[in-house]
Amino acid sequence: MKITAQGAGKDFIRQSAGTNRFTAVQPTDIEIEPGKLTLLMGRSGSGKSTLLNILSGLLPPTTGKVLYGNDDIYAFDDVKLSDFRNIHIGVIPQGQTAIQSLDVIGNICLPYMLKRDTELKSVYPYARELMERLGISHLESVMPAELSGGELRRVAIARAMIRKPDAIFADEPTCDLDDENTALVLGLLKETAANGTSVFVVTHEKDALTYADVSYRMDSGKISSEKPNR
Amino acid sequence: MKLTESLSFRNVTGHGARSLILVILTALMAASVVCGTLVVSSLRTGLEALEARLGADIMVVPASAVSKHNFENIVLQGSKGYFYMDRSYYDKVAAREGIEKISPQLFLASASSGCCSVPLQIIGYDPETDFTVSPWIKKSAGGELKDLDVVVGNDLSVFVGNTITFYGVTCNVAAKLDKTGTDLDTAVYTNMNTIRELIRSSVELGMNEFGKIDPDNSVSCILIKVADGYSVDEVLNDLNLHVRRTKSFKTKDMISGVSDSLIGVSDLIGVLIAAVWVLGLVILFLAFYMSVNGRKKEFAVLRTAGASRKKLSGIVMTEALMITLTGAVSGIMIGLLIILPFNGLIEESLGLPFLLPSLPTAFICAAFALAVSVGAGMISAAFSAYRISRIDTGLILRGDN
Ligand SMILES: Nc1ncnc2c1ncn2[C@@H]1O[C@H](COP(=O)(O)OP(=O)(O)O)[C@@H](O)[C@H]1O
Ligand SMILES: [Mg+2]
Repeated sequence: MKITAQGAGKDFIRQSAGTNRFTAVQPTDIEIEPGKLTLLMGRSGSGKSTLLNILSGLLPPTTGKVLYGNDDIYAFDDVKLSDFRNIHIGVIPQGQTAIQSLDVIGNICLPYMLKRDTELKSVYPYARELMERLGISHLESVMPAELSGGELRRVAIARAMIRKPDAIFADEPTCDLDDENTALVLGLLKETAANGTSVFVVTHEKDALTYADVSYRMDSGKISSEKPNR
Repeated sequence: MKLTESLSFRNVTGHGARSLILVILTALMAASVVCGTLVVSSLRTGLEALEARLGADIMVVPASAVSKHNFENIVLQGSKGYFYMDRSYYDKVAAREGIEKISPQLFLASASSGCCSVPLQIIGYDPETDFTVSPWIKKSAGGELKDLDVVVGNDLSVFVGNTITFYGVTCNVAAKLDKTGTDLDTAVYTNMNTIRELIRSSVELGMNEFGKIDPDNSVSCILIKVADGYSVDEVLNDLNLHVRRTKSFKTKDMISGVSDSLIGVSDLIGVLIAAVWVLGLVILFLAFYMSVNGRKKEFAVLRTAGASRKKLSGIVMTEALMITLTGAVSGIMIGLLIILPFNGLIEESLGLPFLLPSLPTAFICAAFALAVSVGAGMISAAFSAYRISRIDTGLILRGDN
């Protein structure tokens, strides 16, 4: 599914520095196409996460809109948007994101637990396949408290992919992974894109450019094209 | 288990100590309500029973011997004592206007008896004219009350058909009375012949000194029911004015002391419940707030996976429901286990008529306690539920933790 941002921007009111508006993301036009891995690079604090959250339906923009196909997702009501996210959007957020009371496979299958349209058991094979690919299959019934940062990260990646969504958003997906696992994860995301998914990856690692089909830079909330690596 | 329940359940059991404290707190809140309402309604039932039980509108006693206070004690608190006036006063009172029913009683206190280690109040009444004792006979051997038959209060552990000895006179237990929740439950009633016999033998045994009292020509108390068309006050004033050396009391006024104490006890119970509740609500509120706040990120992750705002509130509320329901049910059980077996003790320590309400009323008290306790827990959690569901997911996720 093609994702289009039309003039989407975000202002924050900063209480600490008086009550002045602060523009985290300037009004942005961007298209994220199926079958491609779109990369967004930029310094810390430049507004990458904010844009990713806007695009993935998690943060209403102050200006502009976000279209999935022809649907303006922020025109949906909360139930419809939540359902839409469940089915069409996989998000790998920044930081640690495990549900402490669920084991690894429970965490991975979370989207199916939230929307019981499929027998949970029937998605286990795919969950195991993802775990295999990510090198965490020996952790199936381990609780998150016992996992390392890199393992938790890979659980989050599997969770975002389990429902085979139309779009995957990854915010610094490799930040706590070693080189080997970084290559593994980026390879998996690249392959997913190649299979027709719209993949959007935020990172500050230059190495990621080799995996990108399209890449952008962000500086102080302003987006600009980066010349493609290939 | 569905995800909501299982997440809530695992969070509740995963934080055992915190959950246990909250369960105990809700239990305390529920127990305070169920105990409080049961005690208050038992006192009400007791007062109503007493009012009905006294039956008479007016009681006439000899003016000389009795201050109002100790008369009340004898009738209501069951203090053992006696006083007498000449039978001619009965005829004088009976002759006044506005009297529908009139019946005499004759009192005697027993030092001890065959059955009972405690002294009893023995009350002679006239079955012919009586309208205050007979309506409350619960179990009876049938037939009229013959000489040497006694009717016993509900708390005496003798049964119809047993015998019981006072001052060397053996009497048959012919009937047992309904419970009043007062010390009247330990009184014994006989007909006039029998009590005169008992008075005589107590004097013979040297256990009582009535001096020149002639039991055949004495009464202790005259009970009156006012006729239709007359007000109680009218008749009362008339009696106090025209029948000298007696004192007439409105039965209602005598009970007013009891109903005042009842209001006092109810107020005290109200204050205690309020204190438990204010504390409980504050702690519940803070506990839910902190629990939800500490899991902000988890809730945000649920949002990214497609949970709606409603779902998030649902998880928080389910958690609150699990805790408060467990707490409330155990609190109510504990409350009932305190009140039901120990109602005699409570009656004694309060010194007020105390009759457990009927089963449906007790059930309503329990249901009420359950509803308010669970409701209060849910309201304390509602703010946290609302807050977590309103926050923009993107804002929570942005922060590194
Ligand atoms: N809720 C908020 N309130 C105020 N400022 C915010 C808020 N969220 C983000 N910002 C600011 O917006 C800018 C961009 O943040 P972010 O998108 O997280 O940057 P990046 O992901 O590129 O490091 C930062 O300067 C940050 O301080
Ligand atoms: Mg970021």
